[in-house]
Amino acid sequence: MSAIYILIGISIPVAAGFLIAFLYAAKNGQFDDDYTPSIRMLMDDPKPETKSDNTTTNQKV
Amino acid sequence: MTLFTPTHPHSHSHSHFILCFHCGEKCPDNENIFDEKHFCCDGCKAVYRMLNENGLCGYYEIDDSKGISPKLVKNDERFAYLEDISTQNNILTFQNEEEAHVQLSLPQMHCSSCVWLLEHLYKLNPAILRSQTDFIRKSIFIAFKKNETSLRQVVELLATLGYEPDLKYIHAVKKEEQKTDRSRIYRLTVAGFCFGNIMLLSFPEYLSSGYIDHGMNKLFSILSLGLSLPVLIYSGGEFFVSAWQGLRAKFLNIDLPLSLSLAITFGRSVYEIVSGTGNGYLDSMAGIIFFMLIGRYFQDRTQANLQFDRDFKSFFPISIRVRKEEGITSIPLSKMEKGDRIIIRSQELIPADAILMSGSARIDYSFVTGESKPEHVEVGSLIYAGGRQTAGQLELEVVKEVEQSYLTKLWNRENQKSYAGDMDNMVHRIARHFTLFLLLLSFGSFFYWLPTDMGRGVHALTTILIVACPCSLLLSATFTHAAIISVLGKNGVFLKNAGLLEKIANIRHIVWDKTGTITSSKNTNVHFEGISLTEKEKQNVHSVCSQSNHPLSQSISQYFSVKNIGISHVIADYQELPGQGISARLEGDLIEIGNAQWLGVGDIIADKDTRVYVKINDEIKGYFSFGTGFRVGLKATLEKLKTKGYRFSVLSGDKSAKAQDLRAYFGEDTPMHFGCSPHEKQDYIEKLRQNGEEVMMIGDGLNDAGALMQSNIGWAVSEDINNFTPASDVIMESKSFEKMASLIDYIGYAKKIVIASFILSLMYNVVGLSIAVQGQMSPFIAAILMPASSISIILFTTSSARIVARIKALRTSSI
Repeated sequence: MSAIYILIGISIPVAAGFLIAFLYAAKNGQFDDDYTPSIRMLMDDPKPETKSDNTTTNQKV
Repeated sequence: MTLFTPTHPHSHSHSHFILCFHCGEKCPDNENIFDEKHFCCDGCKAVYRMLNENGLCGYYEIDDSKGISPKLVKNDERFAYLEDISTQNNILTFQNEEEAHVQLSLPQMHCSSCVWLLEHLYKLNPAILRSQTDFIRKSIFIAFKKNETSLRQVVELLATLGYEPDLKYIHAVKKEEQKTDRSRIYRLTVAGFCFGNIMLLSFPEYLSSGYIDHGMNKLFSILSLGLSLPVLIYSGGEFFVSAWQGLRAKFLNIDLPLSLSLAITFGRSVYEIVSGTGNGYLDSMAGIIFFMLIGRYFQDRTQANLQFDRDFKSFFPISIRVRKEEGITSIPLSKMEKGDRIIIRSQELIPADAILMSGSARIDYSFVTGESKPEHVEVGSLIYAGGRQTAGQLELEVVKEVEQSYLTKLWNRENQKSYAGDMDNMVHRIARHFTLFLLLLSFGSFFYWLPTDMGRGVHALTTILIVACPCSLLLSATFTHAAIISVLGKNGVFLKNAGLLEKIANIRHIVWDKTGTITSSKNTNVHFEGISLTEKEKQNVHSVCSQSNHPLSQSISQYFSVKNIGISHVIADYQELPGQGISARLEGDLIEIGNAQWLGVGDIIADKDTRVYVKINDEIKGYFSFGTGFRVGLKATLEKLKTKGYRFSVLSGDKSAKAQDLRAYFGEDTPMHFGCSPHEKQDYIEKLRQNGEEVMMIGDGLNDAGALMQSNIGWAVSEDINNFTPASDVIMESKSFEKMASLIDYIGYAKKIVIASFILSLMYNVVGLSIAVQGQMSPFIAAILMPASSISIILFTTSSARIVARIKALRTSSI
């Protein structure tokens, strides 16, 4: 049964670690906006284009 | 990634119009071309150029939506105040030697391409380090190099792109919302964490039924005790603080029994653990706090949403006439912008601070200050929002944006007392005595059980305090009213306050104003009979009529507009006698337009229709006759209301014209009074009220303001005119007229829903308490039941408000 002592000794700090991680994340505003990131990750990086001659490439497909 | 094939601007695909490449609006001409693309205005072209030069044209490919047409920056000094250091300190959320951060509210953000563009601001201005949007709150976070750009430049860049930040709303967003919101989350998290762990540590005790090792049991108890401290002190702290504040104010609030039971449970647990007699009820205590916090969280969120709907989304249906290049058009008040030229006619309210450009202004500020003597205002001076013009037409330039909240405040200021209905008062009385009753009951049962079974007594004491839910009694009215008001708002009906719901339900007698209420100036057929007018006379009559907001004047004005008759601008001595007519002098000619009696015309009995006579220089030229023009759905509305047992009266400012037509609608037994002056209308209502009747006056809010005020409920029907009046308790969009019977019926349900939910929560309390009194309920179950009952009451009230609305075929969501 003495294994219980060790288990508790480990489990509570681990759980506390997650609690702190959550509080930290909440404090940094990770849960404030749960919509925009889903749009943001869908955006492509802008294609490398030359500034002057892009009228044709910008014509829509 | 949304792949999308946009309408090519050259392809003329769906319509004959050329659409602007940037914003997708129709182009007024084909002239504005850049890069072989058409634009509707220079603003759109400028945005396109800027995006193009920076390789940001990917913006147009992202979503099926178009850009926002920017307001051309007419005045470069608009944002000059952002140079001011103290203003900056207020707005910036962070700044050091190099960097500054700002959080701005951008109401125009509407699609994923907005997000894309706004998060690429660094390409447009290299001094912007990063920008991050929050789509739900429609706000943007921007970090920029202080030395290379300024707050003003950042804001101007956003404005040029068509996203002008809403700077007056910034503080509210920043300070209030986020801080309180998060601290509740922290408390909830800590409580949840500790509660879960205490539960786990209690399992062995529950399951082993006594076979547990003594040393281990001791360890578990001590760990639980350690875990319970943050819950009690940090998470549960707010209950104690609120209970203490209540006590100091000599008021027994809802948090008092709760804190008392928390203290008792905790004290008893500590005693049991220290004395080694048991493991206490720390799991219950943590559970109570956890579930209570969840309940409060939901309550706050629901309330905040409903409040937000009311304050920021429900724009009253007020229109304003704006002079644009193409002529005068009516636009909703919410669309009015700074710099607009607005036209205010007699009896209309000035919706925003504005400078007088032309016209003779006599402004009645009784709405704002209570002083009803009109003030004379010189051309070029400022007129404040909330004033009412009392003579002739004015042209004003708006210098401050219209603030919905300011108008709402003005509207709400009158009759503050009437806010709480009887139902509300009853609920509050009950709630106040509830706590006292609860304390007596719990200690009573404690002492009852004490001689026989001490444990049972303590059980009864704590569970009674926890399980009782006075808040569900309190909540039923608040939440039902909020939900119903929100549904009404979506159907074009706006109430001054929640207390009115009950008053409307008590109404038995409806008094209808005729002109502008049951008839509409839009549906009217106008004819002129008499000596034909010269072109100049027509112009003169049109000019005088256009000054007035009376429905008949509007009809005449419209009649001339259709015939392309212009307006001359030199008007002097304009006068409007409510219920009689208008008069003015134009280039020496005296123009009088009004009813037969006022102008001294003989044969008034023969009138079969509504007539407005025209008198020019003491000569009767003839009259305008008006066709019926009853509102669509009048018949059905009246019949429905009649079956509900409402009595009607009709008051009209005109002569007995159309009496027969009206009889057909209202029936033989409805009292009808014609030719009433505004004062007579008021007297009529007063007489009805003296006879003990609950009267609702339905009018257009212009020449029946007194009657609206005198009645129990003043219900103003708003056409696309600016007739916002303090006298009205309810404003309804005229297009909702057809639904009026359903709406009144729906309002009647408010009381039924409140009573139903009240009975529900009363039943819950009675059942919960009667079990708790016997000391049979575990504190833990009580801790779940109590917030569950609060949440179920919230769900019951809001969902039944919506379900009834559906049944009545009313809108429950906006568009």
